Amino acid sequence: MTQHHQFDAVIVGAGGAGLMAALHASRGANVAVVSKLYPTRSHTGTAQGGIAAALGNMEPDSWEWHMYDTVKGGDYLVDQDAAEFLARDAIDAIIELEHMGLPFDRTPDGRIEQRRFGGHTANYGEKAVMRACKAADRTGHMILQTLFQQCIKNKVNFFNEFFVADVILEDNICRGVVAIDMATSEVHVFHAKAVMIASGGFGKMFQVTSNAHTLTGDPVAAVYRRGIPLEDMEFFQFHPTGIYKMGILLSEAARGEGAVFINNKGERFMERYMPTLKDLAPRDICSRYIYVEVREGRGIGGKDYVYMDFRPETINRLKSGPGGKEVTREHLEKALPDILEFARVYLGIDPMKDPVPIQPTAHYAMGGIPTDVDGRVLADNSKLVTGLYAAGECACVSAHGANRLGTNSLVDLVVFGRRGGKHMADFCKQATFAPLPANAQRDTIAEFDRIQNTRGTERPAVLRNTLQKTMTGDVGVFRNGADMERALDIIRELKERYQSVKIDDTGKIFNTDVLETFELGCLLDLAEITAAAALRRTETRGGHAREDYEARDDANWLNHSMAYRTMNGDAVGVTMGNIKFDKKPVVITKFQPKERKY
Amino acid sequence: MKVHLKIKRFNPEKDAKPYWAEYEVDAEPTDRVLDALHQVKWYQDGTFNLRRSCAHGVCGSDAVRINGQNRLACKVLIQDVGTNITVEPILGMKVIKDLIVDMEPFFAHYKSVMPYFVNDSPLPEDGRERLQSSTDRERFDEGTKCILCAACTTSCPSFWASGDYVGPAAIVQAHRFIFDSRDTAAAQRLEVLNQQFGVWRCRTAFNCTNACPREIPVTQLIGEVKKALVSGEIK
Repeated sequence: MTQHHQFDAVIVGAGGAGLMAALHASRGANVAVVSKLYPTRSHTGTAQGGIAAALGNMEPDSWEWHMYDTVKGGDYLVDQDAAEFLARDAIDAIIELEHMGLPFDRTPDGRIEQRRFGGHTANYGEKAVMRACKAADRTGHMILQTLFQQCIKNKVNFFNEFFVADVILEDNICRGVVAIDMATSEVHVFHAKAVMIASGGFGKMFQVTSNAHTLTGDPVAAVYRRGIPLEDMEFFQFHPTGIYKMGILLSEAARGEGAVFINNKGERFMERYMPTLKDLAPRDICSRYIYVEVREGRGIGGKDYVYMDFRPETINRLKSGPGGKEVTREHLEKALPDILEFARVYLGIDPMKDPVPIQPTAHYAMGGIPTDVDGRVLADNSKLVTGLYAAGECACVSAHGANRLGTNSLVDLVVFGRRGGKHMADFCKQATFAPLPANAQRDTIAEFDRIQNTRGTERPAVLRNTLQKTMTGDVGVFRNGADMERALDIIRELKERYQSVKIDDTGKIFNTDVLETFELGCLLDLAEITAAAALRRTETRGGHAREDYEARDDANWLNHSMAYRTMNGDAVGVTMGNIKFDKKPVVITKFQPKERKY
Repeated sequence: MKVHLKIKRFNPEKDAKPYWAEYEVDAEPTDRVLDALHQVKWYQDGTFNLRRSCAHGVCGSDAVRINGQNRLACKVLIQDVGTNITVEPILGMKVIKDLIVDMEPFFAHYKSVMPYFVNDSPLPEDGRERLQSSTDRERFDEGTKCILCAACTTSCPSFWASGDYVGPAAIVQAHRFIFDSRDTAAAQRLEVLNQQFGVWRCRTAFNCTNACPREIPVTQLIGEVKKALVSGEIK
């Protein structure tokens, strides 16, 4: 039996963006948050180092500098109207979080304490600036907890462990979503005036990633399958400091506190490449030079990793601490407790005594569902979808362009989650419920039945493993045409093999065998778009580094890519057929593109 | 190396009662127990079920009982527990399937202590943050680390004796607000915790402190709440 619900607004995902939107939308609308996880399990909680806002609590700062850094950090592919909102609204949004009780670290005069982060500078690139507001190195955890707490206080409705498989779209109007109650496999149709997708990233297409197992982009695939384009999917950020082989993130806050990269000669190599910001250059640049060092034989032990050195004696010898000041072990233990523990637990290394092996790890999708600055989803370059919103990592506003600056993901969540939530509240006041199509759940039921009853021979885990290896190997930090063509061939073959999967679980209760297989189908779609968009973009820009096209090419590529599925008819399963690409102009207001140096 | 896993399985659609199933997987000493459990699920038996997400000890999804102790499966390495590993659901909760338990009562206890910031006084006129000294901020730091994994509550003998006991996790959450100098609802929270199934059910067994994967001194925080109730002072 299918259950039906009706809410003014339905928010898909209970991370930072979804909860911020829920709080603001619930001031003017009846809201339900539908998430495949308990809200506190959302990946926002793993964000570590900080959330940027030009509060100027430590030293002079301004939102214009933050905006400039964001635009330059994104290699000028940033829509500057979005970057302006991001940098300006960040100040208010952080103050709002403090007023909600978020336990920020404090300065001696009781204000919110801030630290340095990669690519954040004073006076348009002059020097690193302390802009990241923080709670030790669990800032994301505190944001997620605080927002969830406020949602409880404000009696927001939650549907936890409900898996959204489809978005109900007809005549360019969003009318709700279809979800599976994971505990029972029962199908639920949520009828809504407005839907927001806030489902986070989809980094599980990669083998080495900082992303959670659950980050598979299901609702992103769902809107794509229903004909919505995805923007800038070739731009995926590889964070330079993942724990070697495991990909677990060690925050950039470490380098904010003074940690440095070291090669097998003991050299602080970033000094050679980026003389002003050095180890605090943006992530795309650091990741690239780590692999340049490896390629030129300066990886540790000739292998594919380098060291991050946190030892106070190293930081003090190189004067790499904030403002060149001395740091102590006690200070680092207090400032970075979690990431020191990660190194101790997962590597058995004490970073206070030994340097830590790190390698770039797939971290963040700059691309996603295209939206305007109020979170409204675009149907194409000129038309909006009525009643459909997106915010957070799954969305592409695009405030991050070709490479996101550290801490700007959390800024994005609260700024655009809030803008989207407010807009939804206003929209719901004047909108009526567009009628549901007959049997809106039909395609979802058909696809889940197909997966469960295929009785094929292909283990989903084997297919997923092949996909992840292929993406990390061939669509990683450095890319070239031949590798990506091979990757696309493999992904398309995997899509064929996906049609004959082998499922063990025939039950109804928490059938994660079927759900994980559905997730794999979503990853296959999103990986194909990522690889195809990357192959198409014949330049190097931000997180997209081509060995066969080493220069940025503003004449041809200073534009966003928009990927559309070409398959006829809507569906819930994996897409077949070619992807159609279009371009979308970049919004340039204050800062003209120039060469990116740090 | 070979790892021998003994997992408590239960599927109410098929099984009259829980049973132990045994599996052998290949794993590295530095693999997480979660990786070994995934080997079972992904390559041997897709019907096996557990919750997990971040896989590095932050999201709190995969609290389970490993060799008799509550741990996060993603924060324990094979080399820490040996090659004979017993895994079962956390105790005191209704088992829904295999390692998945019903978390609703846990979150209901959590919600009962007003786990949210309360301060209705006017905001600073300059439109900026409320001020708080580093010392005042430090006072409630430990409780802010809680990830609501339930490892503490489900290791507590008082909770096993009565599921109505609000439990250590909820008390930690209450403590986080009671001792926050900016918050104004301490009295209401203390009233909740002074009731029959509140803080006095704690018999200081210290199981919770030992179980906490975030190394929160849970028993100490509970003691501070008791002291606040007895003395009427929040210090």
